[in-house]
Amino acid sequence: MAIEQDEIEKIAALARIRIQPAQIGRVTQRITEILHMVDQLQAVDTSDVEPMANPLDAIQVLRADEVTEVNRREAFQAIAPAVENGLYLVPKVIE
Amino acid sequence: MHDKTVAQLTAGLQTGQFSSAELTRCFLDRIASLDSRYNSFISVADEQAMAAARAADERIAAGDAGPLTGIPIAHKDIFCTDGLRTSCGSRMLDNFVPPYDATLVTRLNRDGVVALGKTNMDEFAMGSSNENSFYGPVRNPWDTSAVPGGSSGGSAAAVAAGLAPAATGTDTGGSIRQPAAFCGITGLKPTYGRVSRLGMVAFASSLDQAGPMARTAEDCALLLNSMAGHDPQDSTSSQVPTEDYCARLADSLQGLRIGLPREYFGAGLDPATAACIDQALKELEALGATLVEVSLPHSHLTIPTYYVIAPAEASTNLSRYDGVRYGYRCEQPTDLLDLYTRTREEGFGEEVKRRILVGTYALSAGYYDAYYKKAQQVRRLIKQDFIDCFGQVDVIAGPTTPGPAFALGSKSDDPVAMYLEDIYTLAVNLAGLPGMSVPAGMVGGKPVGLQLIGQHFGEARLLNVGHRFQQATDWHARRPADPAVEAA
Amino acid sequence: MQWETVIGLEVHLQLATRSKIFSGSPTTFGAAPNTQASAVDLAMPGMLPVLNAEAVRFAVMFGLGIGAEIGRRSVFDRKNYFYPDLPKGYQISQFEAPIVGRGSFEIQLEDGSTRSIGITRAHLEEDAGKSLHEDFHGQTGIDLNRAGTPLLEIVSEPDLRNAAEAVAYLKALHSLVTYLGISDGNMAEGSMRCDINLSLRPVGSDTLGTRAEIKNVNSFRFVEKAIRHEVERQADILEDGGKIVQETRLYDADLDETRPMRSKEVANDYRYFPEPDLLPVVIDEAYIEEIRASLPELPVQKRHRFIEQYGLSAYDANVMADSRELADYFEAVAGSCGDAKIAANWVQVELLGQLNKGELALADCPVPAADLGGLIARILDNSISGKIAKQVFEAMWQGEGSADEIIAARGLKQVSDSGALETMVEEVIAANAGQVEQYLAADADRRKKLIGFFVGQVMKLSKGQANPQMVNELLAKKLV
Repeated sequence: MAIEQDEIEKIAALARIRIQPAQIGRVTQRITEILHMVDQLQAVDTSDVEPMANPLDAIQVLRADEVTEVNRREAFQAIAPAVENGLYLVPKVIE
Repeated sequence: MHDKTVAQLTAGLQTGQFSSAELTRCFLDRIASLDSRYNSFISVADEQAMAAARAADERIAAGDAGPLTGIPIAHKDIFCTDGLRTSCGSRMLDNFVPPYDATLVTRLNRDGVVALGKTNMDEFAMGSSNENSFYGPVRNPWDTSAVPGGSSGGSAAAVAAGLAPAATGTDTGGSIRQPAAFCGITGLKPTYGRVSRLGMVAFASSLDQAGPMARTAEDCALLLNSMAGHDPQDSTSSQVPTEDYCARLADSLQGLRIGLPREYFGAGLDPATAACIDQALKELEALGATLVEVSLPHSHLTIPTYYVIAPAEASTNLSRYDGVRYGYRCEQPTDLLDLYTRTREEGFGEEVKRRILVGTYALSAGYYDAYYKKAQQVRRLIKQDFIDCFGQVDVIAGPTTPGPAFALGSKSDDPVAMYLEDIYTLAVNLAGLPGMSVPAGMVGGKPVGLQLIGQHFGEARLLNVGHRFQQATDWHARRPADPAVEAA
Repeated sequence: MQWETVIGLEVHLQLATRSKIFSGSPTTFGAAPNTQASAVDLAMPGMLPVLNAEAVRFAVMFGLGIGAEIGRRSVFDRKNYFYPDLPKGYQISQFEAPIVGRGSFEIQLEDGSTRSIGITRAHLEEDAGKSLHEDFHGQTGIDLNRAGTPLLEIVSEPDLRNAAEAVAYLKALHSLVTYLGISDGNMAEGSMRCDINLSLRPVGSDTLGTRAEIKNVNSFRFVEKAIRHEVERQADILEDGGKIVQETRLYDADLDETRPMRSKEVANDYRYFPEPDLLPVVIDEAYIEEIRASLPELPVQKRHRFIEQYGLSAYDANVMADSRELADYFEAVAGSCGDAKIAANWVQVELLGQLNKGELALADCPVPAADLGGLIARILDNSISGKIAKQVFEAMWQGEGSADEIIAARGLKQVSDSGALETMVEEVIAANAGQVEQYLAADADRRKKLIGFFVGQVMKLSKGQANPQMVNELLAKKLV
């Protein structure tokens, strides 16, 4: 499948990655090459094949409902870019 | 001391030939004086290492030592280490000092291992050459104009250059085996779920697996004994019981059936490399194994399948790097969107961003069925190929890579050409199987790796084959020229 | 044009587990910011989710409570979007294979009639954190204590037709989940939050109109107001020939209006795919049967039993069955006094009246059920009148003791001694010669009305303690 530059822009917006206008053409070209390679999959008949999400087809083990964590806010926020009064700060969010 | 195997060092430590402190000092000094040539370390933990070595010496003196107590190793910089920067080769985590250890680190620490530092890697483990690191490329100790392979290139180079006797690595599509092959060391990717992923920075959750990288299969077995086992904090970690991976190392190979997939010996394999592999297979035959031609008919689909699944999972695994709670944050964001888009533009390197975009595309509305779901279906076909083969054979063997280490810069501008380097290693991750690379020859002064693929949870068998092969050959004992010796 | 309102509700129910759905952090409400956010909750690199068994159990209990099919192999998916209160950049939820499939349950409307409302599905997911918009130098503060709290998202069919039905549905749901003990149902603390999907269509049409979604409405009253407002807004647009825009709106309780959410303007593509860090949850028959066997009697069952066993009206049965605690209380009162209808009446009028007045929960009620039963027993054995009983109840509420103690201490026991009553009756007749004359002159019909005056006088004289029935009989005998 060929991909157009505006699609790349849409995908980049979804992924929250800014791409410099000067680079968008190159990025589009590289991704087109990758998608071209990946397109070999389309030729395979998989109509009766169950998708495989886990290589061992294992099932979930459940955890007992117990509190095992202690408050480590100080350690976690020591490595945060911006905190105040125990809160992480971000530019104003408008709902 | 630096050219000994882990098993030899264990003996030396336990018989008092040298202390862990002396051993650790030796490796730290070698790193300090030689690593500028290879760039294999991102962080060196001098003080912590020496403290751990002294603690190990006390355990040895108290008779409370296991085979790994006091053994220095290097960790790939993808494993979180409490109080030690864990960058994952990315600007995004350049300032990230985790307040916790990965389960693998905890287990090795418990057994008294001494962590020398953190090794260089392709950013977020995305790469096959170690050129995608924020900290610059790693150079192959056999030929510093060549790549060491990736993504665990720093670990492979460090072991090959004698900067550490062993190292940890991770393998999502060949990232332990391919650099092990390029650097002439032994590397094992265990069965998916054998080693906990907790605290290992995620690339592609359903493919990632940690494993040991060392000089010999025996050393890998010693490390795996400590690393492997169920972790209740990793839902995908297996509950299948572990075993003593050293116990069957010396078993005879008599009657072993080795499958040779015809797809792994066709066009695209460098003839000189093919010759090395043929020679190695003859060696195994001489040890009593039978060679059987088998087929993995969906092999040609492993690259496209992998390059949908891995980027798709990665695209969302890497969404947490948003500049809010830790890691890189862009300067002076004007609003929330600017914080996100600029942090991620500036914090991630080119290949990482490319894969996030490919993965986002593969999961997006209208393309999910054609890409992600399709790849998951083909993935099952690929796994089934192996299951069918294992009805006929005990292990599968072939080349680890299409050729020896390529020159730095030769493929870095062509992602698809780079992806083709992983042709023989990807299927193992897609199928969740254990795979190992052992040194099996030299081409133009650069090592060649023989890949051995086992059944699910068949690590002990692989290590047995590798060990017997290494008992009969000396490829694993060859070392690149040591600049320290040349200087002396 | 006549419009029909079509409403479907999505309720986000916080499950009452001790720890979070994917981590061992506590779920206690009201802790200092980010003190209950672990490395997993903060999406620190390398952290992985492990599913809480109790969350699964609660979801299955709910499914069985609404007679739904339980997903034998349910799958968690990642719902991808960026928001600062969503640390991983995706929410772990369930998309294609939810744990609870289609079911239904009965709601009761104000007029006593019942309706069955379809439940499309219910799935497990994790809650997000909170954004605090107080001014931090023009920035927003993020508290991730709530991130990872287990939610059951309950999606109804578009079966509701007006605000009253929507509220009845929510009340019935609230009652069900608190009966099951799977949620504290505390709406003020956000334990039950509601998204409203609402559209209008011409009466008689069977195709759905374009809907608007109103997010995060968190009280019964606001649901009612938000729906009334939104119906009006959409009707105005449609009447003017306009078109409804499919969008997400926010209900502003202060302004009593809905308005579009700015943050949802960008079209989202959630890129759902199976969460590779979790494996499918497989539920077997034995597990389901074990839970089924442990289920308590549910509100609907209880309501029906109250009607059949005690002869309560549908309305009374509904009120008595509203919560497990109230139903238990009512049954204890009925058991100790022996008359369920009077018990229901007392619980409904006097007890709930006092609780409401004092803004108390049943748990804080100072009068134990056996004591209220004891009081009613004194009415039934004619020891006191209903009127005196209310006085006694007030005193019981103030903690003055049991009914018998208060009756004795205050000398409130009903006078049923015929000699004493006769003296009083004679006294009243003697003092009211004029009224006696009128009474004697009147026909039978009018006499029935006039006798009330004499009864009242005797009651006054007895300070309300005379047995009214005996007074009536005595008057009829004496007034000849």
